[in-house]
Amino acid sequence: MKKEIGIIFIALAMISLLTGMFFGTVSALQFVFPGFLNDFPFVKVRPLHVSLVIAWIFLSAIGGIYYYLPKYCGVKLFSDKLPRIHFWIFVITGLLILICYVMGKFGGREYWEFPPILSVPIFVSWILFGINYFKSVFKKAGQWPVYLWMWATGIVFFFITFSEAHLWLLPYFRENLIRDLTIQWKAYGALVGSWNMLVYGTALFVMTRVKGDETAAHSKLAFLMYFLGFANLLFGWAHHIYIVPSALWIRIFAYFMSMTELLILGKIIWNWRKSLDEAKKDFHILSYRFIVSADFWVFLNLSLAVIISVPAINVFTHGTHITVAHAMGSTIGINSMILLASCFFLIKDITQYEFSGMEAKSIKIGFWIFNFFLMVFWVCLLVAGAEKGAMVMEDKLAFQQIMANINPILIVFAFSGIGLFIGLLMVVLPALKAIFSYLKK
Amino acid sequence: MLVVFNILYSSLVYTIGTDNTKGESFYTENAKRGQLLYQKYNCTACHQLYGLGGYMGPDLTNVMAKGEPYTKVFLQYGTQRMPNFHMQEDEINSLIAFLKYADKTGTSPIKHFDVNRDGTITPK
Repeated sequence: MKKEIGIIFIALAMISLLTGMFFGTVSALQFVFPGFLNDFPFVKVRPLHVSLVIAWIFLSAIGGIYYYLPKYCGVKLFSDKLPRIHFWIFVITGLLILICYVMGKFGGREYWEFPPILSVPIFVSWILFGINYFKSVFKKAGQWPVYLWMWATGIVFFFITFSEAHLWLLPYFRENLIRDLTIQWKAYGALVGSWNMLVYGTALFVMTRVKGDETAAHSKLAFLMYFLGFANLLFGWAHHIYIVPSALWIRIFAYFMSMTELLILGKIIWNWRKSLDEAKKDFHILSYRFIVSADFWVFLNLSLAVIISVPAINVFTHGTHITVAHAMGSTIGINSMILLASCFFLIKDITQYEFSGMEAKSIKIGFWIFNFFLMVFWVCLLVAGAEKGAMVMEDKLAFQQIMANINPILIVFAFSGIGLFIGLLMVVLPALKAIFSYLKK
Repeated sequence: MLVVFNILYSSLVYTIGTDNTKGESFYTENAKRGQLLYQKYNCTACHQLYGLGGYMGPDLTNVMAKGEPYTKVFLQYGTQRMPNFHMQEDEINSLIAFLKYADKTGTSPIKHFDVNRDGTITPK
């Protein structure tokens, strides 16, 4: 029997997540205990961690889209072959990238540190994904639900921003450091915005399925939120580069755009009580539990994002661990929670696997361990960042002294990373068992 | 409409928005080579330029203000945290040339500034 391609993507995504978290734990220990695993230095471990967790986000979002389109959106896939080609390009390119990192062969930019030639198959695989998506959904009659728009936007803008992230290959962009850095961060900011479109679209999709109610995906409010998210994808990136001496209007405009996120924050607070009531009612549903958790992390990270987007605060927090708290809080607390919700929804749907009492207990306890240690992890980063920012501004201590002063809090951070990894193992291993028992059939 | 506006906006960012010519004369052939070596050795995993990059080591934007010998020692021997990459002499010189150029483009982090009422800052 031909297996669902969506679940094969999810299996690879979960393996990437666990491997990426393993390298993340190692890198955190290297950060606080210099000399730890010196033969395999931080300079190799960090890109392994980053690339694998980014692969988790893309693979799980793509796997979901390949499954949801024909099964729930009333859309027949244009081609059943293209997703398989897409998968194998991803596997082969991914392995080559990992080999490059292990051998210390770099040459790219932050987050895409591999030799740039390996970006070519990534472009090709994305074109195949785009062709399949648009050739499929254009046949759908009637008004699209907002998640189809979000997925479409994510696909198009990943392509655009990934191209933009490679403009440094052209001398015009590379040979002016300020232009180079500005565009690099323009591309990265929008790239995160584009994967957020894929992830948030998935969140809305799962919500409508769990509730059995499509109206939320057609509401004016949903489209307004989509529009705000899209505008921030396009223009909000420059709050990353307030201190880069680019033109003032770039920074002022980014400041204004970042403040529009207050509207989203306001909406979350407005709905807070209502969502809490709903959460109580549906908390027994595994996917819903992860969505509720993501909602909580959206609130915390969006509040942090708005605060650090104020230039007078950003000047203290920029380049400190507060930025890491924002990035990791968003990718782990929001994106991963949503994608785990989608994975569990999809696994149950495809495999019909019933978790044993022991497995269900492992997932439940793992969920709470994961959230608890994520909170410790996040708070440690905030405290370390605030202390570092204050000491840098005071300008009395050398960098090494500043790092020595914040090391105790970073040790707690590193060990909370181990707790986070254990919680995740308890959640993901039963899910992987369900997938492999299906694939073996 | 949003997409059209974005195309216009991006064009301005690519051109006049980032037309900073400070330090241009320091962007020599050697500095160009150093810029690529910065990528080859994945310096960004641990170091920042204008606060962008990793957190293990210090921001390198103005490291050359501490003098060439200071920076050279780190590149030649590494530290407990920084590996010794066993770089050739000419590679070290190219990296130094690139960092000299970076130093001339501006200041990071900004430590002296006035805070305006709208939340923006004006560097002193």
